[in-house]
Amino acid sequence: MIFYVALCYQIKRFFVGICILILSIAAVAPYTHAQYDYIDITKPFLRKIPVAVPVFKAINRTGQESEIGKKGADFLSEALEFTGYFSMLDRKAFLLDPQEAEILGTGINFKNWTVLGAELLVTSGVVIQAGILHIELRLFDTFQQKMLVGKKYTGTPEDLRKIIRRFAGEIIFYLTGNRGIFDSKIAFISTGTGKKEIYICDFDGYDVRQFTNHNSITLFPAWSGDAQWIAYTSYVKGKPDLYIKHVKQKRGFVVAREGINSFPAWFPGKFELAATLSFSGDQEIYLLSGEGKIIKQLTTSEGIDVSPTWSPDGKQMGFVSRRAGSPQIYIKSMDTGNVRRLTFQGNYNTQPAWSPLGDKIVYSSMDGAGINISVIGVDGAGAVRLTHGNRDNESPSWSPDASMIVFNSTREGASRIYVMTAFGTDQRRLLSLPGEQTNPKWSPSVGDSEN
Amino acid sequence: MKKRLWMFLVLLIVMPALIITTGCSKKQVQPDVSLIGTDADQYDAARQRALAEEEEAGRRALEEQRLMEEQRLMEEKRGQATSEQQQVIEEDVYFDFDQSVIRADAQEVLKKKAEFLRENPGASVVIEGHCDERGTAEYNLALGERRALAAKAFLMDLGISSSRLSTISYGEERPIDPRSNEEAWARNRRAHFVLQ
Repeated sequence: MIFYVALCYQIKRFFVGICILILSIAAVAPYTHAQYDYIDITKPFLRKIPVAVPVFKAINRTGQESEIGKKGADFLSEALEFTGYFSMLDRKAFLLDPQEAEILGTGINFKNWTVLGAELLVTSGVVIQAGILHIELRLFDTFQQKMLVGKKYTGTPEDLRKIIRRFAGEIIFYLTGNRGIFDSKIAFISTGTGKKEIYICDFDGYDVRQFTNHNSITLFPAWSGDAQWIAYTSYVKGKPDLYIKHVKQKRGFVVAREGINSFPAWFPGKFELAATLSFSGDQEIYLLSGEGKIIKQLTTSEGIDVSPTWSPDGKQMGFVSRRAGSPQIYIKSMDTGNVRRLTFQGNYNTQPAWSPLGDKIVYSSMDGAGINISVIGVDGAGAVRLTHGNRDNESPSWSPDASMIVFNSTREGASRIYVMTAFGTDQRRLLSLPGEQTNPKWSPSVGDSEN
Repeated sequence: MKKRLWMFLVLLIVMPALIITTGCSKKQVQPDVSLIGTDADQYDAARQRALAEEEEAGRRALEEQRLMEEQRLMEEKRGQATSEQQQVIEEDVYFDFDQSVIRADAQEVLKKKAEFLRENPGASVVIEGHCDERGTAEYNLALGERRALAAKAFLMDLGISSSRLSTISYGEERPIDPRSNEEAWARNRRAHFVLQ
């Protein structure tokens, strides 16, 4: 089976003519169905799968190929390690010089790998011809001695990271049945300029860029379901107004009613979003069109109603209310209109985020020691605390495949962005920037048209 | 004797001549004298006017000085009043953690503000609601608004028109005391008033 997915790059399209370079992916060998028994992401993956990623083989043995081969192996190791599913084996322990090793399945002596404990092996060959990069990548199960995934990619040497992320995505898809996180981004607030502005980076913290330049207080970014829009709150006109901005194009909408216009949460699959407005004199959550027009009022309780979050099917909305005297998380059924209280432990539970898998809500709860992140089933059962310590860990946001959670923490002093698995393991800082970083929001998968 | 008579006669002749001469000279001068006389009259009036004016100017100067002094005193007084009123407006209203209820001490502060607003019907205020750094940003933005609205409602209960009271919440974004301790948190949980 051969298929092409692609990214088209229009290069010098007026001068060189039709030079549209197609990043083509060809399945090297057929595989019938992805098998998900390697990793079940609904269970804690306490045991990491040992993976060997030797340096990619430079087929023509040129310096450039060797360099790309080394870089590519590093990128792939980083990407796989990031997910928390794998432990990367130390290349120094490898028994073979990758330059001499066979990269096709038939010639691989899998015992060389199983003896090191490697359960998965990635082999690769790099060819650069006339400035065009060809990479073949294969994933093997070393014990079963069979190829699980095989792909060929063509692009420019500058596309290397993109190609590697694409292949990492294929690996994760094969092993988990989910497309993963490799084409997602993270929006967050940083005070690097002295003012709170929204920044965007890749899922792994690379390629940071400033998104807003309001020179004001800007807060609460929220990605639309297609990752094309970001809604947020900014004081750019002196009060907390809601801005709905296209990520790439310079267009958008503003909701600037009296009082608060804040806490946007996009409705799944639609150009609509929920937000808290207080123009009536009372804070209530409303459903708005993407242009900012009120469609309907969603809460009717006197007092604080904030932080909406939608179930993936859009049939339920989680939110924070003070209706019982302390901030707690509630769930409203859109069908019946019924509202039920979800959290009962402690007296300060806020910042709910509904899992993309639909079964859990992650939130932050405060006690005398600080703020920490917990998950709870949407039925109210199985609450588990994911962070511990006397500092603040807050503002959790799910990765699009629900395998990871990004949040901000003051554990090292200034507030920084951290990631962990959905089970609280592998907590680490995502990036290091001037100022303080807060309020991270993981984007949906951007999809094949975009990287 | 005859000599005395002659002298007398001579004198008789000379004297009238002298008198005539003098008279003539006097006649020449006379207009001048009369002219002076006329001028003197005018001069006198002018002088009187000048004197009056001088007097008036002096009075005016005095009056002006008095007025200036009065104004200075008034301004001084007003200055005191302004800073007093400014203090009344600038005194923050404090809240308990996670609360937007107006405390007893805050009620006293708000009563003074209401008094000021009654005495200055032209004045409007912006009420800013603030929170301490604890808790989460979203909830604190909402809580800050509740605090500002609670202060506004209290002033409205004291008869201040809502049209003179606007509110804005800054949540936890603008602490007045950046430290992380109880004292700072207590100072940061506030409604702050700004004269418009």
